[in-house]
Amino acid sequence: MDYSELNLIGSSSPHIRTKAGTNSIMGEVLIALAPALCFAVYNFGWRALANTLVSAAGCCLFEYLYRYLMKKNNTVGDLSAAVTGVLIAFVCPVTIPYWILLVGDFFAIVVVKQLFGGIGKNFLNPALAARAFMLSWAGEMSTWVGPRTSTPLWGSFDAVTYPTPMALLHGNDLASLEQMYDLPEMLVGFIGGSMGEVSALLLIIGGVWLIFRKVITWHIPVCYIGTVAALTFLFPRGNDPMTWMLYNILGGGLMLGAFFMATDYVTSPVTHLGQAIFGVGCGLLTVFIRYFGSNSEGVCYAILVMNLVVWIIDKSIKPGRFGVAKAEKLSGLGKKPEKKKEKKEVAGK
Amino acid sequence: MAQAFFGGIHPLDKKDATNKKPIEKLPPPARVVVPMSMHIGAPCQPCVAVGDHVTVGQKVGEATAAVSAAVHASVSGTVAAVEPRIHFSGVPVMSVVIENDFNDTPCHDCRPPERGADLGAEELVKVLQNAGVVGMGGATFPTHIKISSGLGKVDTVIINASECEPYITSDHRLLLEYPEEIIGGAKILARIFGVDRVHIGVEANKQNAAELLRVKIDEQKAPLVVDMLHTRYPQGAEKQLCQSITGRQVPPGALPAAIGCAVFNVATTAAIYRAVTAGTPLTHRVVTVSGSGVNEPKNLLCPIGTPIRELLDACGGVKKSTFKILMGGPMMGHAQFDMEAPIGKGTNAILAFCEDEERTVEYPACIRCGKCASVCPMKLQPLFMYQYEQAGMLEALERANVMDCIECGACTYICPGRLHLVQAFRAGKQKINNARAAAKAAAEKAAKAAAAKKEG
Repeated sequence: MDYSELNLIGSSSPHIRTKAGTNSIMGEVLIALAPALCFAVYNFGWRALANTLVSAAGCCLFEYLYRYLMKKNNTVGDLSAAVTGVLIAFVCPVTIPYWILLVGDFFAIVVVKQLFGGIGKNFLNPALAARAFMLSWAGEMSTWVGPRTSTPLWGSFDAVTYPTPMALLHGNDLASLEQMYDLPEMLVGFIGGSMGEVSALLLIIGGVWLIFRKVITWHIPVCYIGTVAALTFLFPRGNDPMTWMLYNILGGGLMLGAFFMATDYVTSPVTHLGQAIFGVGCGLLTVFIRYFGSNSEGVCYAILVMNLVVWIIDKSIKPGRFGVAKAEKLSGLGKKPEKKKEKKEVAGK
Repeated sequence: MAQAFFGGIHPLDKKDATNKKPIEKLPPPARVVVPMSMHIGAPCQPCVAVGDHVTVGQKVGEATAAVSAAVHASVSGTVAAVEPRIHFSGVPVMSVVIENDFNDTPCHDCRPPERGADLGAEELVKVLQNAGVVGMGGATFPTHIKISSGLGKVDTVIINASECEPYITSDHRLLLEYPEEIIGGAKILARIFGVDRVHIGVEANKQNAAELLRVKIDEQKAPLVVDMLHTRYPQGAEKQLCQSITGRQVPPGALPAAIGCAVFNVATTAAIYRAVTAGTPLTHRVVTVSGSGVNEPKNLLCPIGTPIRELLDACGGVKKSTFKILMGGPMMGHAQFDMEAPIGKGTNAILAFCEDEERTVEYPACIRCGKCASVCPMKLQPLFMYQYEQAGMLEALERANVMDCIECGACTYICPGRLHLVQAFRAGKQKINNARAAAKAAAEKAAKAAAAKKEG
């Protein structure tokens, strides 16, 4: 056989690579978000799906346009923009006007992500930074509808501000919250709130799927939720620490934040220990903001603040060096002088 | 199960293409090209001239330095040329080209040492250097140096039968077909190092080999113990294997002898046995020819120096869409562009790929997922090292312990952003070495100038 006809590539090893690329990882995240999206549609009507699609499309479009205008390669295919878009829709009330969603998309993709160099280079979670920015429209961002409401695809809403569990918790009104929603309702998500945040159960299922698929590890979500649970249990407002704790971890954006936002690769530490510290930090700040802040919810700002210290965590927490600490004990440093002697003897022979 | 090493990956092992196929003898090649450099260390000096008749096992290259190993004719015939020829490293290397006379005349100089397997350590070192035995797992470190530098320090002798790279089954077949030679070689090593037993580390995907070994060991009451290892890459990397079997870690920059370990590959152990009992030098080895591009994957016993072309021809050639031909495994092997390049002492596989094994992208981008750090068996953080290398920050790169990198490729395999991590680290290491050399030269020059000034 004549082998000179083959078009052979010469490149550095390794010559095989795993199937999981950036796009398949982002695809897994989208799959993990799907149950919560389905519930949002069930709970708030088709408007929830429309919001999600508009936001995802907006993010992809802004990413494409920016990369095109800046003469850079097209990165829409890695699906990270789509994930950002879905998350932005998830953290907003279902009643949010489409144009505010698109403003948020623009801010997330262009300002937070692309201006810093695109995927992997941003230091803030784009979806959460966008949410923080969108709070400029405070009215629209806090118009809540109740559970099992069918919201129209177009048109205005009666500006009924329906109390969310977080608002009641913030007002230390556990009694009326318990009257309004029981714990199973809190868990499954028949409550008012941001459209993708309401169903703690389905978000946990999505998060466990991500851990099972090895997209994320347990460190950040467990440490984050664990810290919030511990603090709210130890410092309850009211006489029933258990109930107070459960309402606190099931309400608000904690599950979405812990499983899908804080675990964002780009804006979380690299080592498992660093991730655990990051999770605990997020939990501390979340409870701090919920207890002492003027906002009823603290997840968004807690994660954003922790995003800012990721570089310190990564700089100070490094894995130990292979063969350093342990090897000294095991091999015995006393042998070292002998070693040289023997080498000479053998060479001499 | 033995203990574990840090990190590691689980690529599909793809060994079923050849792990049930007995070792076949390659049809004798018309000519072989024996390179003077098939080992780590100084190249050999050719000791035959054009026109000489050589026999199988006759020395054609003399080892003149301590860290070197002799090379021998692998076929009998006439020396056609002594000149630089294309080598698997990609550059021409001084080689002895032998025209095969197809008689396979054995060499009369190949006699076993007088005391046979009872020989002493010094004698063994000499025998092995003369027989040209080197590490056949791929690193090709001269075996006699490993033994002489380990004497008195080694308390754990390990036979490396993990064969952790995908596709390769040459060691697996050796274990199944020549267990006596491996056990015999292990016995010699046990006696030389004065250890009670030799550990033989076998990955769990070679159960049948482990069972066979256990039966043979029991029969012979041999001083061997089979350690089952997790099927995980890079289980067979020397430092990782030592860690799996003894729990000890080789200090940075040191060899396994520093923690009392000596590791020998399966094929090397068999070569030691043959050199000691029959006086046979290392002239042949088993090569797995496999991969999606190969029409009929096989395990072939080949004369060392056979051009790659002959091996591929013996396996029915390769598919037209083949885009890569490798010498060695898919994780650490070298891409070959000239099929006239010969196989060497460390060549355990020839692979041809025609499917989507490569999966590289035009614009790799790090997403900071940290998977590279979690699979690194040396506990490095490839993502940061990559940034330093790309930015030319050599000091930071060195502080990140890039010199500890064993280039196993686990980080690059797992990277979803498809970064060329190992490639960057190789370049970075080279730059650091160059900078060190330059700094040393500058310091010497300055010292000389200072001395000259004093004198003046």
